[in-house]
Amino acid sequence: MEKKDIIQSFKDSLFTGLIALALFGPIVGLRTASKGEGLYITPQWGIVFLLVGLCILGRFLINLNSARKNEITFFSKFTSKFSAITEDKAKHFAITAILFAVVFPFLPFTDRYFMDVAIMILTYIMLGWGLNIVVGLAGLLDLGYVAFYAVGAYSYALIATTFGWSFWICLPLAGLFAAFFGILLGFPVLRLRGDYLAIVTLGFGEIIRIILINWYEVTNGPDGITGIPRPSFFGLPFKRSPDEGETSFHLFFNLEYSTMHRIIFLYYLILVLALITNYFTLKIRKLPVGRAWEALREDEIACKSLGVNPTNTKLTAFAIGAMFGGFAGSFFATRQAFISPESFTFIESAIIVAIVVLGGMGSQTGVVLASIFLIGITEMFRDLEQYRMIAFGGAMVLIMVFKPKGILANRKPTILMHGDKK
Amino acid sequence: MEYFIQQLVNGITLGSIYGLIAIGYTMVYGIIGMINFAHGDIFMIGAFVALISFIIFGLTGVALPIILLLVLLIAMLFTACYGWTVEKLAYKPLRGSFRLAPLISALGMSIVLQNYVQVAQGARVKPMQPMISGGLEFFKNSDFIVTVSYLQIFIVILTIILMGIFTYLITKTDLGRAQRACEQDRTMTALLGINVDRTISITFIIGSSLASVAGMMFVLYYGVIDFYIGFLAGIKAFTAAVLGGIGSLPGAMLGGLLIGLIETFWAGYVSLEYKDVAAFSVLIVVLIFFPTGFLGKPDIEKV
Repeated sequence: MEKKDIIQSFKDSLFTGLIALALFGPIVGLRTASKGEGLYITPQWGIVFLLVGLCILGRFLINLNSARKNEITFFSKFTSKFSAITEDKAKHFAITAILFAVVFPFLPFTDRYFMDVAIMILTYIMLGWGLNIVVGLAGLLDLGYVAFYAVGAYSYALIATTFGWSFWICLPLAGLFAAFFGILLGFPVLRLRGDYLAIVTLGFGEIIRIILINWYEVTNGPDGITGIPRPSFFGLPFKRSPDEGETSFHLFFNLEYSTMHRIIFLYYLILVLALITNYFTLKIRKLPVGRAWEALREDEIACKSLGVNPTNTKLTAFAIGAMFGGFAGSFFATRQAFISPESFTFIESAIIVAIVVLGGMGSQTGVVLASIFLIGITEMFRDLEQYRMIAFGGAMVLIMVFKPKGILANRKPTILMHGDKK
Repeated sequence: MEYFIQQLVNGITLGSIYGLIAIGYTMVYGIIGMINFAHGDIFMIGAFVALISFIIFGLTGVALPIILLLVLLIAMLFTACYGWTVEKLAYKPLRGSFRLAPLISALGMSIVLQNYVQVAQGARVKPMQPMISGGLEFFKNSDFIVTVSYLQIFIVILTIILMGIFTYLITKTDLGRAQRACEQDRTMTALLGINVDRTISITFIIGSSLASVAGMMFVLYYGVIDFYIGFLAGIKAFTAAVLGGIGSLPGAMLGGLLIGLIETFWAGYVSLEYKDVAAFSVLIVVLIFFPTGFLGKPDIEKV
């Protein structure tokens, strides 16, 4: 490295510092706080100088090493190796993961908190797998997936509280309702181009949420629905003292009563639901409709000329994705026993999209890893809750910049005509 | 009738704000063909910079017109830095990537900006004392008095002035010519010796400055902002851009006015609770049945 280069990169870093000062100066440096009627300003120059210093230093180091290109290739190499390994050993990996998931509730260190986190992660895995059908396989960016989650949750809650039907009847009904909404929305909008479709689905998600907030007579508005019945174990409720003429789970199996029974049951319930989603996806990928999805994702015009009807094909993907969203929604409703529009904001959709995108669109394993990473890690660092969404968004940008196909890129069509030529 | 005129005045004011934001969407779409999802949050940052500068200058006791001018320039300058940086970090490396990549990146950027402001400035809503008060009253002897506040006049006039400058910039200067050339054919433009990257950067800078002016107007008009205003305003402005014909600059302004009017009349005559549903429904209906908008060119997909 010559002297000229060093001076050049030094100048460049100073320029970066100047920009950083302009960025962080007003927004970070001059924090507004309320005092009585008006606002006043608390300066925080210390943090600004720290941030600006970090930017200058970072930029200078990057310039000095000119290592940026190497780093990218290193990163891509690492992740491609990783995805190659996971692909080769996909079966082993899946079996180990499922076995671990099955024994997880009985491991010695597992307590109530771990179980709650695990149930949450599994819910997101299921949502991720559901959305993966739409985004990963059919290549349709859906920014309003949470709408179907909401439809599932509300239809479950309304049916269960109004008619008192059991979970096992309401669950498929909720899925059907969600699928119906998927078709209802999908039919007019699926002719649109990718980015317009994304915005329309976003609008749809928001409309559903606004309706849920304002339609008091049915949804009880922002207060939400309470007292949603808990699921029972094939007719055996999880109650300490069952009603007259009923036997509860712990009496039937002669166990000491414990609230953990219900939690463990919920855990297995979502595990099974998620695995069904996964199994279904893996199977349908090999059927004509699944192959049509992948083909459409790669080249829509070629598909049209080969006689694939794009609207109908996309519609099936949309409806099936919505149905799984609805299943996950009714699970959410029965687990919480309380739902309100608060739970179905746009940011929830963004999280699910982030899971699918980060995992690598189309990769089932990627969704699992991304869910564990995004939900699990952030759950461990609860104190940093504020910074969690910044990291989320930042990760989405970084993945797109460095590895646009996700950490486990898997865009290879499931079936190739002449086998996989290596 | 008086009520109608009042709604018309309010709608035009709101429409000016949306129109200024919509220009940023339409320019970026025209030149690189992506929906800049983070643009609404750039507008939000503009509103915050304006709020902070209003507080600082409010303490100095300078005359109001000077404060307004200074705040305007400061908001434009600082917000333009944000627009420029976002483009450099999140969109520039993605040229030539698959189609949805920039949209996802923009979505991530939008999440980052929102939560960054939430962390830096707090999640509470920020109220501000009204700076410009008073107004003209019409139909004084009827039972509904129509008020056109000085603030509304200020917003509309400022929008007209900015649109004038902006139209001049696009139609008459070298910069505008380079920009229109980039919209038509980026490779050819580069071959003819135009710095395409720089032109795109300038597009983002102009779009962000106009959004920051809209942000300043928003602070003055509503008197209260929070870190989340960019989401709704961004969606509505995007709807405006599509309605007017995405890629068309006069279309953005026209679409902004229409969306402002639709929203105000819907809130005034139909239902206040569902006023955002109106904007979203317009968005969906326009995208489905009318994707080229009023002044847009039809989009032909090539193999």
